[in-house]
Amino acid sequence: MSEFKGTAPGERTVIGVTFGNSNSSIAYTVDDKAEVMANEDGDRQIPTVLSYVDGEEYYGQQAKNFLVRNPTNTVAYFRDFLGHEFKNIDPTHNHASAHPQEADAGVSFTVKDKADQEGEETAPSTLPVSEVATRYLRRLIGSASDYLGKKVTSAVFTIPTNFTEKQKAALVAAANAAGVEVLQLINEPTAAVLAYDARPEAQVEDKIVVVADLGGTRSDVAVVASRGGMYTILATAHDYEFAGVALDKILIDHFAKEFLKRHSSAKDPRENARSLAKLRLEAEATKRALSIGANASFSVESLSDGIDFASTINRLRYETIARSVFEGFNRLVESVIKKAGLDVLDVDEVILSGGTSHTPRIAANFGAIFPESTRILAPSTNPYAINPSELQARGAALQASLIQEYDAEDIDQSTHAAVTTVPHINNAIGVVSVSESGEETFVPIIPLETAVPARRTIQIAAPKDGGDVLVKVVEGNTHIKVTKPEPKPKEDKKAKVEDADDSDEDDESDFSDDEEEEKREKVWKIGSTLAEAAIRGVKKGGKVEVTINVNADLSVIVTTREVGAKGGVRGVVAA
Amino acid sequence: MATTVVPIPLPVLAEGWTAEKDFKSVGKSSGATQRTLEPVGPHFLAHARRARHKRTFSEDDRIQAQEKAKKVETEEESEISEPEDPMMLQREAKDWKSQDHYKVLGISKYRWRATEDQIKRAHRKKVLKHHPDKKAAAGRVDDDNFFKCIQKATEVLLDPVTRRQFDSVDEEAEVEPPTKKQLAKGNYYKLWSAVFKAEARFSKNHPVPSFGDVNSTKEEVEAFYNFWYNFDSWRSFEYLDEDVPDDNENRDQKRHTERKNANARKKKKAEDNARLRKLLDDASAGDERIKRFRQEANAAKNKKRLEREAAEKKAAEEAAAKKAAEEAAAKEAEEKAKADREAGKKAKEAAKNAAKKNKRVLRGSVKDANYFASGDASADTVNAVLNDVELIMGKIEVDELADLAAKLNGLKVADEIKGVWKGEVERLVGAGTIKADEIKALSA
Repeated sequence: MSEFKGTAPGERTVIGVTFGNSNSSIAYTVDDKAEVMANEDGDRQIPTVLSYVDGEEYYGQQAKNFLVRNPTNTVAYFRDFLGHEFKNIDPTHNHASAHPQEADAGVSFTVKDKADQEGEETAPSTLPVSEVATRYLRRLIGSASDYLGKKVTSAVFTIPTNFTEKQKAALVAAANAAGVEVLQLINEPTAAVLAYDARPEAQVEDKIVVVADLGGTRSDVAVVASRGGMYTILATAHDYEFAGVALDKILIDHFAKEFLKRHSSAKDPRENARSLAKLRLEAEATKRALSIGANASFSVESLSDGIDFASTINRLRYETIARSVFEGFNRLVESVIKKAGLDVLDVDEVILSGGTSHTPRIAANFGAIFPESTRILAPSTNPYAINPSELQARGAALQASLIQEYDAEDIDQSTHAAVTTVPHINNAIGVVSVSESGEETFVPIIPLETAVPARRTIQIAAPKDGGDVLVKVVEGNTHIKVTKPEPKPKEDKKAKVEDADDSDEDDESDFSDDEEEEKREKVWKIGSTLAEAAIRGVKKGGKVEVTINVNADLSVIVTTREVGAKGGVRGVVAA
Repeated sequence: MATTVVPIPLPVLAEGWTAEKDFKSVGKSSGATQRTLEPVGPHFLAHARRARHKRTFSEDDRIQAQEKAKKVETEEESEISEPEDPMMLQREAKDWKSQDHYKVLGISKYRWRATEDQIKRAHRKKVLKHHPDKKAAAGRVDDDNFFKCIQKATEVLLDPVTRRQFDSVDEEAEVEPPTKKQLAKGNYYKLWSAVFKAEARFSKNHPVPSFGDVNSTKEEVEAFYNFWYNFDSWRSFEYLDEDVPDDNENRDQKRHTERKNANARKKKKAEDNARLRKLLDDASAGDERIKRFRQEANAAKNKKRLEREAAEKKAAEEAAAKKAAEEAAAKEAEEKAKADREAGKKAKEAAKNAAKKNKRVLRGSVKDANYFASGDASADTVNAVLNDVELIMGKIEVDELADLAAKLNGLKVADEIKGVWKGEVERLVGAGTIKADEIKALSA
C-alpha cells in the first residue's frame, strides 16, 4: 500500500469486490442500496478463471467453458494460492486446468498467453499467481468500470477469516497492480451480516448469527455476535471437503454410472480428461437447476466415444445421493457453535451465503438443527432472503460506500487493533422482574459478549398497582435446561420407524413428534447483584425506563426513571 | 437502537429499603474477555469515532446531532437568496433572449457552475414567490410576465444543449483580460489566472491546467501554453442568431436564413478563436516566467560556450609558454656554444703562443749553452744540436714542452742545461717516444 498512491477521498469511485476461489462478484451502491453488477456476459457470479487462446485473454464464464477445449492454457482456482508457498498449497482442483508450479518459492502457472507469430511458436510464459490475480482483477475492475461508466478507483475486498497477513498483503499488491486502491479488507462472514443488516427494514438488535459460507471449493462457517450493529467473530471453521465440488462429484459419478449402464461397451467418461471436463460443467449446471426446480436434465454431446448422453434427475434422488455431503455441512455448523461455547438455542439467525447455499436441502437441514425461533436466511426458507451468492459483494459495497469519504490514514487508524480490540462482557447485565407465578426472573438488558463501552435502554412494566418499585441490576447467564421425555408406548415407536423408511434422508430432520425428543430450553440464571435502586410512587400501569451504560473500564452507570416523569435515579457501580 | 418494552413487571420495593439517593451499589461486574471487533458497518464507525476522540455515548450523540443540524442549515442558507432587481421584475417575457437566465433565477453567483439540482431548487423557490395565482390573490390579475421569464430561464438552463448555447454567450461570466494599468500594479498571475479560469469553462478536455504562479516549473508553464494554444472549445454561437427560421416561411427563405446563421456563427467562432489566441499572446508576452526560463536556458548554453572558450584559451597559453621556454633554452645553448667556441679559440691561440715561446726558450737554452761545445761551436755541432732539439720538440706534447721550458728557463750554465736536456732525452727514450740512436748531440 505504501508505494501505491490512493485516490483523494472526494474523487473515488468505489465498489465492493468478492474475489472468490471459484467465483467473484462486483457490487456498487446506489442510494445506500447495494447492487451486484453484471459483467459483459451478463453474469453476476463471474467464474474466477482466466484462459488464453491464440494470445487472446478470456475471463469468467467464457474462460470456464475453455476448460473443455483448452485446459492447459486455462487458470482456475488460483485465489487461495496467493501469498502461499508452493509446499503449502492444495492443487487438487487444478487438475483439470493449468497446473501450479513452484517458482521462486511461490506458485506460478505456465500458459501460452501470446499468439504464435507467422508459423513460429512462441514459448509459453510462466506467470506467478500474483500476476494471474492482477490480470483477473484488472478484467473484473474493467467490467465494473464499464458498467458504471466511470473508472473504478477504489474497492473493499472480502477475504476468508483465515487469510494470513502474507495473503492479505499479496491480495492488496495484486489489486494495486491492477490499478485499484484497496480501502479495506473485510471478513466474508461480516460482509454477509452487514448485507442483511443494511437493509432499510432491518432493525438493530442484539443477536448471535451463524454465517455458513458454502462455496465451490471450501466452506467457512463463523459464529458472529451482533451487538448493537457491531460484530464480533466468536468462532470460525474452515472445511475443504464439503463444498460445491463435492456435490458436483456426486452428480458426475451418478451420471457416469448411468451412462455406462446404458452403453456397456463405451469407455468410462471419467477416465478421459475432456469427457470429465464436460461432465463437470454439466453437473454444475444441473446442480444449479436442481436448486430451482424439482427436476433437472443433464445432457452432454459426444460424452465418450462420440456418444451423446441425456438424462434427468429429480431433486429427491439428488438429495439422497448427496446426503453424506449435506450431513457434512450440518456437522460443520454444529462443531463451530460448540467451538464458540454456545448452544444451537443461542443462535438467533443463520445466514446462508455462497453459491452452494442455494440448495434447498441444506437450508432445510439447518432448520432442523436449530430451534424454530431461529431465522434461517436462505432463498428456500425465507422469501426476503438475499441471494446468497451476492451477500458478500453487497456487504463489501456497503462498507465501501461507508468509508469512501475517509482518508486512507483515517481508515488505517479506525481499523487499528487499539480501536478494534475491546473487552466483551462475560455475563449479561439485566434487571430482576417478577413473573406471573411470582418467581424472580432475569430480564437481560445488555447480553453477554457485548463490546464495551455499551449502552442499552429498556422499558419495563411497574407492578400493577404502582407504588414504590425496586430496580435490582444483576448479572445473568444462560444454561440449557434439558427435560427428559416420558417413556413412550411401544406402538408409537414402531410407527416412527416405518415413517423413517419412507423417506430415508428425512428421518433425522423430520421429527414430527416432539415428545420423543428431549426438551431443551434456554434458561437465564440470576448471578451476582450489581446495584439496587428505588423508584418511588410509580403511577398505576406505569412503566420504568432503565438505561445501563457499561464503560470501557467495566464500571456500570445505571439510570432509571419512571416513563413520563421527571427526576429519576442515577448511580455508578465502580469497576 | 429501539427501546424494548418488557411486560413482566418489576418487583415491589420491600418495606424499610433505604439508600442514599435511592441507589445502592452492591457488587461488581464480573469481568470481560478481550475480543476483536469486526471493523465493518456504520455502528463500528461510530464506535471508532467515539474511541478515537474519547467521547462518551451522550457526547457523541450531541456532536453528531450538531453536525447534522449544521449541514441542514448551511444547505438552506446556500439556497438562492439574491436580491431581485426591480427592473428585472418588469421584464417582458418575449424579450427572453436578452435576459440573464441565471439572474432571473437568482443564481448569478454560480452561473455555469450551478448544478442541475441548484437550478431546480432555484426555480422552485422563484415559482413559489412569483406564481401568477399568488399575484392574483394580491389583486394583480394577469401579471404573469416575470413568471414566464422564470419558466423560460428554467427551460433554457435545464436542457444541457440550450444551456451550453446560453453559457457560450453569457457575458456576465466573462472575465476581461487585465489592462496594462492593472498589470502595472503587480498581481500578474492572479489577474491572468482568473481570466483563464473563466475561459476554461469552454474546454472539452478536463482537467484544464491552471495558469499557475511565479513559482511554477517550466513543465507546468509549457503544459499550460501547449494546452491553451491547442484549446478545444465547445463554445458556439447559435444563441446569437439574428433570425430564427420559421416553419411558415417558404423553403428557400428558410435555407437562406439558415445559411446566414451558419455563416454568422462561423464568423463569430473564428473571431472567438482569434480572441483567445490574442489573449494567450498577451499573457505569454508579459510572462516573466517564460523570460526567466529563456534566460536560464541561455545561461546554461552560454556557460558551456564560455567554458569551452576558457579551456581553449588556457591550452593556447600553455602551448605559447612551452614554445617560449623551448626557444629560450635553444638560444641559451647556442650562446653557450658560441662562448665555448671563442674560449677554445683563445685558448688555442694562447697555447700556440706559449708553445712558440717555449720553443724559443728551448732553442735559446741550447744557444745559451753554446750548443754544448767548448769554444765556438761548429756549424755541424750547431746543426746537430738544433736538429735534436727540433726532433724532441716535434715529439713531445705541449704541456711537456711547457715543463721543459720551465726547467730550462733561467738556466745559464751549460752543464745544467745539458743535464736537463739529457734527462729529457733519457725520459723520452724510456717512454719510447724517441729512439736512442736518433738523438746524437744531446745525449752525448
